[in-house]
Amino acid sequence: MAADSPPRDPAIALRNIVRTFRSPRGVIRALDDVSFDVAPGTITGLIGPDGAGKTTLLRILAGILGSDSGQARILGFDPSTEAPALQRHLGYMPQKFGLYEDLTVAENLDLHADLHGVPEDRREELYAPLLSMTALGPFRARLAGKLSGGMKQKLGVACSLVHAPPLLLLDEPTVGVDPVSRRELWEILTRQVRDKNTTLLVSTAYMDEASRFDRVVILYNGKILGEGRPEDLILEAQGHVFHVVVPAWSPRKLEPFLARVPGILDAVGEEDGVRIVVEETAPPPFPGELAQARTGAVSPRFEDAFMQRLAHGAPGERRKAPSSPENLGWENKRTGLTDGAKEESIVIRDLTRYFGSFCAVNHLTFSVRRGEIFGLLGANGAGKTTTFRMLSGLLLPTSGELRIDGQDVLSSEVARIRGRLGYMSQKFSLYSQLTVRQNLTFFTSAYGMGGRRQRDRIAEIEEFFELTPYRDESAGLLPLGFRQRLALAASVAHEPSILLLDEPTSGVDPVARREFWRTISQLSLWGVSVLVTTHFMTEAEYCDRVAIMAQGRLLTLGSPAEIKGQARTPECPTPTLEDAFIGLLEKVPPAEASA
Amino acid sequence: MKALVIRILRLAQKEFLALLRDKKSRMVLIVPPLVQLIVFSYAATFDLNHISYAVWNEDPGLYSRQLLARFSGSSNFRLLKAVGSEGEVRSLIDNRKVLLVLHIRSTFSRDLLAGRQGTVEALLDGRQSNTAMILMGYVQTIVQGYNDDFVSQNGLTPPIAPLSIRAWYNPNLKSRWFIVPGIVGLLTLVVSLLVTALSVAREREDGTFDQLLVTPLQPFDIIMGKILPGFVIGFAESTAIVLVGVFLFHVPLRGSLLALYLGIFLFTLSGLGVGLMISSLVSTQQQGLLGAFLFLVPSIILSGFATPIANMPVFIQDMTLLNPLRYFLVILREVFLQGADVRILLPEYGALAAIGLGSLLLAGHFFRKRIG
Amino acid sequence: MTSQPSFMERWVRVRAMIRKESLQILRDPSSLAIAIVLPVLLLLIFGYGVSLDARHVPIAVVQESRTPASEGFVAGLRQSPWFVPRSYPDIHSAVAALRRQDVEGILWLRENFGRSIESFRTHGAHVVVDGVDDNTARLVEGYLTNTWETWIGFRNLRGRALSFQPVNLDVRIWFNPDSRSRDFLVPGLIAVIMTLIGALLTSMIIAREWERGTLESLFSTPVTIGEILIGKFIPYFLLGMAGMGVSVIMGHFLFEVPLRGTLLVLTITSALFLTTALGMGLVISTISKNQFVAGQIAIVFTFLPAFILSGFIFDIHSMPLFIRVITHIIPASYYVTILQSVFLAGDIPGVIIPNAIALFFFSLFLFTLLVRISRKRII
Repeated sequence: MAADSPPRDPAIALRNIVRTFRSPRGVIRALDDVSFDVAPGTITGLIGPDGAGKTTLLRILAGILGSDSGQARILGFDPSTEAPALQRHLGYMPQKFGLYEDLTVAENLDLHADLHGVPEDRREELYAPLLSMTALGPFRARLAGKLSGGMKQKLGVACSLVHAPPLLLLDEPTVGVDPVSRRELWEILTRQVRDKNTTLLVSTAYMDEASRFDRVVILYNGKILGEGRPEDLILEAQGHVFHVVVPAWSPRKLEPFLARVPGILDAVGEEDGVRIVVEETAPPPFPGELAQARTGAVSPRFEDAFMQRLAHGAPGERRKAPSSPENLGWENKRTGLTDGAKEESIVIRDLTRYFGSFCAVNHLTFSVRRGEIFGLLGANGAGKTTTFRMLSGLLLPTSGELRIDGQDVLSSEVARIRGRLGYMSQKFSLYSQLTVRQNLTFFTSAYGMGGRRQRDRIAEIEEFFELTPYRDESAGLLPLGFRQRLALAASVAHEPSILLLDEPTSGVDPVARREFWRTISQLSLWGVSVLVTTHFMTEAEYCDRVAIMAQGRLLTLGSPAEIKGQARTPECPTPTLEDAFIGLLEKVPPAEASA
Repeated sequence: MKALVIRILRLAQKEFLALLRDKKSRMVLIVPPLVQLIVFSYAATFDLNHISYAVWNEDPGLYSRQLLARFSGSSNFRLLKAVGSEGEVRSLIDNRKVLLVLHIRSTFSRDLLAGRQGTVEALLDGRQSNTAMILMGYVQTIVQGYNDDFVSQNGLTPPIAPLSIRAWYNPNLKSRWFIVPGIVGLLTLVVSLLVTALSVAREREDGTFDQLLVTPLQPFDIIMGKILPGFVIGFAESTAIVLVGVFLFHVPLRGSLLALYLGIFLFTLSGLGVGLMISSLVSTQQQGLLGAFLFLVPSIILSGFATPIANMPVFIQDMTLLNPLRYFLVILREVFLQGADVRILLPEYGALAAIGLGSLLLAGHFFRKRIG
Repeated sequence: MTSQPSFMERWVRVRAMIRKESLQILRDPSSLAIAIVLPVLLLLIFGYGVSLDARHVPIAVVQESRTPASEGFVAGLRQSPWFVPRSYPDIHSAVAALRRQDVEGILWLRENFGRSIESFRTHGAHVVVDGVDDNTARLVEGYLTNTWETWIGFRNLRGRALSFQPVNLDVRIWFNPDSRSRDFLVPGLIAVIMTLIGALLTSMIIAREWERGTLESLFSTPVTIGEILIGKFIPYFLLGMAGMGVSVIMGHFLFEVPLRGTLLVLTITSALFLTTALGMGLVISTISKNQFVAGQIAIVFTFLPAFILSGFIFDIHSMPLFIRVITHIIPASYYVTILQSVFLAGDIPGVIIPNAIALFFFSLFLFTLLVRISRKRII
């Protein structure tokens, strides 16, 4: 099929593509003068945070969205005028996979085969490898809506591959999918490219996927921030990345401090110290307090290169770290860290929950200390959300014990315990029709605040989260990063001693993510205990301790360093947390796939 | 206590803003009721005007012309044409050109002169049987008037003592007097259902419902917060409709305002209760809309709004006992046209209060804080 | 492969779309609820529950003195199918009953009733009807007058004086001599049901694909917008025709509504109307992209007009001029006119043809509009 376009010509050639949208906030340039080529038979990654313009670009390439100006040739076709011809040679998977949830696996495949004119007698021959590759064979008669997230994703890819297209466009295929499924998907895609000489263009918000691509295009705010082989891009950061350790300074305290030092482009806590990306090839002089700092060069990662380019290419995009964190006033509160480092704020013992005969959480036992950041990791359906819902009182356990601040959740007065909890759900559940201030007013009232105290507190919170300029805007119209910030603001406004965060950073760009974690670290220093679930293994590094769950059980529990240590093998001397995670899950017998 | 009130007021304020800051839901709440009010009020009437009719007069005499003049002089009737054959009559009625053909045979005047009875045939299109029946009544009235005058002019003995009939409360039998109070009920129900039926579902879809449940708020607070805006909007819209009915359509408002507003209060309560119940049972807005629709259609049809409950079979009449609109229509019509006061309507108030509280309790039960 | 797609290729794609839509209809409980449960429910309610005809109207009778004459008239009332007389001792208790709406009217036979009947002069009979529900009041009036005149005429025949009204009105109601309101409500209801399936259900289907992101996936395949629309049109068309079939069978066999026209004419005109309704649904759906808004628009602009402005319950003749003008842009009003003729009168070309032509132009207009506004583009 690839013979349709001679191998020397690029499969995709873009020149000066511009696309604007009108929005209530004015005209947005979703794509601003974008030009690049994609060579046939390669994997190209389109990397950028939410709102960078990745989806807009892929839609233009698929011929389902027009551009304002610029030229595009895809497989030799102009998508704006020759879309019907182009679409015969194209596989495209939109975000959320574009599956009909009320059709079965086989019916979804048949639909795509029919629409692409795949002859009936060739189908079995084409389906067989797809089904075996995706391990969907046994589930042909299952409704797509009843598949797990990872299986949906594979089915989505299989549907777009059903006519063996020479070009495959995938829009964030790995978002919201656990690391095991992600790894499996990449194996499928890589094989497809190598064996069938397919050209692949994939968008992603995960920086750590960059190494899988032949080439990457970094998109930010509609502009191309960089382009090239990932190794080359990473090489540019060579010599600019260091690991800083200051004795007696916890990384959590050190990181925001370093982030404010001029000349440091990025600072992120890692193990016992802080990883920094700096302007020059040597760290800038540190302020006096950090005289004892020990600094060592480390080899750069793609994310370092991204942050470096971002600092150069889009200055002013960075938000300053909170200037005077002391003004939020936790330290005076009962939650303050006294000597109670050992005090346990969440105790879970033998917690079990059944749905019918299905055991979602199976004799779970762990505890979270005061001021600790505790990460709960696991594949989709591991029981994380069920645990969260029981902790927040939305769901009753079948059996087991749950204590919050020493009080039994199941027996004490629920309302009093709820006042101590802050809860932030993955959808950033806000009233989108209400303004920032109205949201904050409502949530503080719901926790019983009123009068002057409420007004002062809201002003304080707005200032701390830098939401003051936006206080009269509707929450629904805010950019995603601000929505996340507001959701966090709303969940801490009543000064909870325990914070439950369910996938708090999904889809948020790395810059906003860093700020988010800085705030969380700050809160933990003030004695707030944080329980968090996440799919981003790099984020688990921010946690003091991490628990990995599968099929409702606890697989392991320990600090990130301990868990990585467990996974160390001769073949893999420096495993990442993700390697450890996948290694653990692979040892678990496969669950009945109905989960 | 004060804290509770403040909490509920804040919740209500949030619901209000959520309803009215969104352009779409603002439109849904304001535009359809207004359109319905105007269209219903004008269109939903059984009074007939401009009835097209034809005349097949085979009688050359004076009396037939006298009688027919009474029809052509009536503002309700509009003569389309005079015809001369049965075929023409058939084609006019078949093709719906006319609703009525008056046929007078050639012997009509002769019979009357001779002291015999003359016969007028009225041929009606029965495809809309209700229209036909009403039309028959109009024709009867005109013929009766002619008879009375004929008798008195010719000094004859009246054949029978005519029945004296008076219609109370609505002496001219104006449809609008019947329909407009009904619309108050209908639209109040639509609005109170829409305000609540989608609200919990929307919060579920947005994820804010969980967020609400993890706060120290009690189900009672949440329910109160959700129904307060419904009350305000329901009161505002029904007041607007009452004003339009009284001042634009000149429907008399004879009873006490207290009785009217007590009824609106209890009815809104039951509408909101049913809406919340639907809302707490469904998981998406689409299901909420469908549920509201499935409740709305039968409750309008079986309320006595357009067709009398007394005409329904007994088991359906029993079913209507659960229909809040049924009681509210009684209250509205009694207050508007019969000048009722609170005392007379106690049974209706009781029924509405029972439905309202019952459905609210059920709604509260369905979204208990802990699901499962 | 880049040449014009063959007919076969197009057909395969259309067939795939039809199969997909059909499977979705079968698996979505809410579309089956609208397409099957709601029509049957409406038919049962209308067939059994709703009637504009007053039968067995409870009426209060107050006899101030029991004379043979008054007993005779009350007996006459009792025999009539229209009334259920209930005796009350005095006028006050009868008025109270009227206020409570226990009775629809009062027949008050004064003490002098017997004598007045004999003397033909003053009358001792008074009737009060509850005018609140004007429609029932008018019917009660008519029935009472009728009963009264029959009784008097019968009495006079047996008695001495042979007296008569100078002009006798002989009323013949064509097509529906018994004036059964069910006979015109059921055909009208079919129009409402077809609107529900055609417009309300269809209005949500494209919007649903927008919301779920599946349309984006379809758009990236070689399927054309026309093929997508045909694929949606055909299953819902069949569903609508099935709904009509159920309604006709229930109406004809369960509720004994006559069908005097031919099935062929009924089918052809229904197909035309359904096409129009589907056109409205698809246009709404294409414009709104959001199920909630689509549903609201469909209710306000298709369902309510079909209910109120089509002549289904409220005769268009009764409406003021500006509303009658509006009814001309309501497709359901043409269809209701056709249906009432086909069921009760027969295939009358003078009614069928012009109304069918109107429906044809509606559907032509809607589908032209649809083709112009739908593009295979995301925005």
